Amino acid sequence: MRVVVAMSGGVDSSVVAGLLHEAGHEVIGVTLQLYDHGAASGRKGACCAGQDIHDARNVADRLGIAHYVIDSEQAFRRNVIQAFADSYAAGQTPVPCVACNQHLKFGDLLGLARDLGAEALATGHYVRREDGPTGPELHRAVDDARDQSWFLFATTRSQLEFARFPLGAMASKAEVRAQAARMGLPVADKADSQDICFVPSGSYADIVARLRPDAVEPGDIVDAEGRVLDRHQGIGRYTVGQAKRLGAATGQVVTRIDAPRRRIEVGPRHAGAQIVSLRDCNWLIDDQTQPRRAMVKLRAREAPHPALIDFATGTVTLEQPSLAAPGQACVVYDGTRVLGGGFIQ
Amino acid sequence: MPATNPLYLDANASETLRPAARAAILAALDAANPASIHQFGRAARHILEKARETIAQHCHARPQDLIFTSGATEANALAIHALGANRPILIGATEHDAIRAPAEATGRAITVPVTQSGIVDLAALERLLADHPGALVCLMAANNETGVLHPIQAIATLCAAHQAMLHVDAAQSAGRIDADPLGAGATSLALSSHKLGGPKGAGALIMAPTMADRLPPLIIGGGQERGRRGGTPDLPAIAGFAAAITAIGPDEAHRLQSMRDLIEDGALALGAEIIGHDAPRLPNTTCLAVPLVAAQTQVIALDLAGIAVSAGSACSSGKVARSHVLDAMGLDALAGCAIRVSLPWNCQDDAPARFLAAYQDSITRALHKADRSHIASAEPVA
Repeated sequence: MRVVVAMSGGVDSSVVAGLLHEAGHEVIGVTLQLYDHGAASGRKGACCAGQDIHDARNVADRLGIAHYVIDSEQAFRRNVIQAFADSYAAGQTPVPCVACNQHLKFGDLLGLARDLGAEALATGHYVRREDGPTGPELHRAVDDARDQSWFLFATTRSQLEFARFPLGAMASKAEVRAQAARMGLPVADKADSQDICFVPSGSYADIVARLRPDAVEPGDIVDAEGRVLDRHQGIGRYTVGQAKRLGAATGQVVTRIDAPRRRIEVGPRHAGAQIVSLRDCNWLIDDQTQPRRAMVKLRAREAPHPALIDFATGTVTLEQPSLAAPGQACVVYDGTRVLGGGFIQ
Repeated sequence: MPATNPLYLDANASETLRPAARAAILAALDAANPASIHQFGRAARHILEKARETIAQHCHARPQDLIFTSGATEANALAIHALGANRPILIGATEHDAIRAPAEATGRAITVPVTQSGIVDLAALERLLADHPGALVCLMAANNETGVLHPIQAIATLCAAHQAMLHVDAAQSAGRIDADPLGAGATSLALSSHKLGGPKGAGALIMAPTMADRLPPLIIGGGQERGRRGGTPDLPAIAGFAAAITAIGPDEAHRLQSMRDLIEDGALALGAEIIGHDAPRLPNTTCLAVPLVAAQTQVIALDLAGIAVSAGSACSSGKVARSHVLDAMGLDALAGCAIRVSLPWNCQDDAPARFLAAYQDSITRALHKADRSHIASAEPVA
């Protein structure tokens, strides 16, 4: 079949393209150019392509498959980078990878794949798509350490229908690299990508400061009673649950971010709430009327918590109180299966 | 994977190499350094100067006024460097990056708007010339994306009236239309070998007789090209360049235009719009837009069907990007939905039918799909 592979230029998506090509499919590699690499690196006049795009083209050339670079700068700037800064300015902690998956990979790119008459869109994500009795299901990757299901909770069932994730069944990253080496792909030894691709130096606050200067204006650090304990250099530098940068309140954690008043509220480390309300939920189950017990993850890397989920209202009742950071995702699991999730309000 | 028997309709990106050019390249591959004093050098120099004569003659210029370069990009850069020093530089809104980028890099670039047809706005040009005395005007004879021709004679007359210099980027027009920009009064002319069926790697800057002698070079080196462009010339490419310009057939333009018109008739019947339709245009070029179907989708779908066309000008990353040319023509959302079809000199008679069949398939599939949400990224943000 004709299948579009989202190729980032990294080893994972390169292996996906290689495996599908080996399996006899007509593979079309597409790389989304998400930002101007020349501008990002501060080199005026450098043309648009960064190293990753060159790598993706080299891999496609090695495999002998068609490959295209799509200019997605505008969509990425609007839906991911600007939304990222806006979220911090609103006192929340965004998950840009979820926005990118939603709007770019499973939005624009999936639409392009359909326009080109492809029957599927494959990506290098570490998740599994299993055929269930009433449609496709999303499951955790076999390799627990690499699992990316938390970042894909917003994939709708119709998107899932079209998506393929060949790496979800891989035992380990080492196996993926071994496959890349076996196929002679020039990226077999390439380093893993960073957490947030558009923050090359790791200083996300610089980007927030540039796009939303209001998010880095100073304000007060206060306790639950509103007593001022210290000053801070911008709510955009904080997230609920954070213990760093608290000055005189060191030893406590951020319990709330009051964006209109630019206040960082702190409390004891064991603080937290039992009820978590979700917005923009995406549920991957048929019956959403019955609340049920399941496990939830409030952060990308944490052990799941038992909870009662009311799908109809998007209300999660945790068995043990926890500090949920607004803007982050709350993803619901039943064993390996992702039941869906939403953004913490 | 390449489709069987692919169809190349992207001549404005690079013309198909002409057999005479190929033969001339091969014959010149063993040539020595044309600056050497021995017989091998003389033989090489013979090739170089023959090529210079041939190309100059074709452009109604004197051989001594022709400077060989690596291509039109370098020729344009040299013109802006040599002629534009300390002057305001007026550039057309639809110019190629080979003009835009070096002009803007001086910090003295001023953009001259174009009409909706893509022709330079002469009234605006006249105002700008009056406001910026002693300017260097840089305009293309033919646009690479739409094929729209600027009225070089009228522009040259305006420039002369305002004591401005005129540099014409003739990369796309040379060999495709009968034109004599230098005769019209232009100061200089940039040519590209591979846009007229020669090899990549050669081009020329041709100067009006009064201007040629002591131009400050962009590349300083061993004094080649009379000190105007350092570096040993790429003799095989230059020989191929000259052979290509000689090989252009007298009925080529007419033949290509008939096929281009067939494509346009068919595309109009499919609901496409032709950009710059009412303007004088190159005979081999058409720019077709289908509302709501992103240009990148059309180019990729056609490529997968074995038909090579393009959208925007080729960028080194290979990305399909939005066209500044169509934006300058005020096409708004339609600018993101246009492809360029440019027929090569050796285009076969079945090309229009083959193109139209694949074109119909690709746009029908894209238009009939229920989910149009991805189109958002092809349209400007409000």
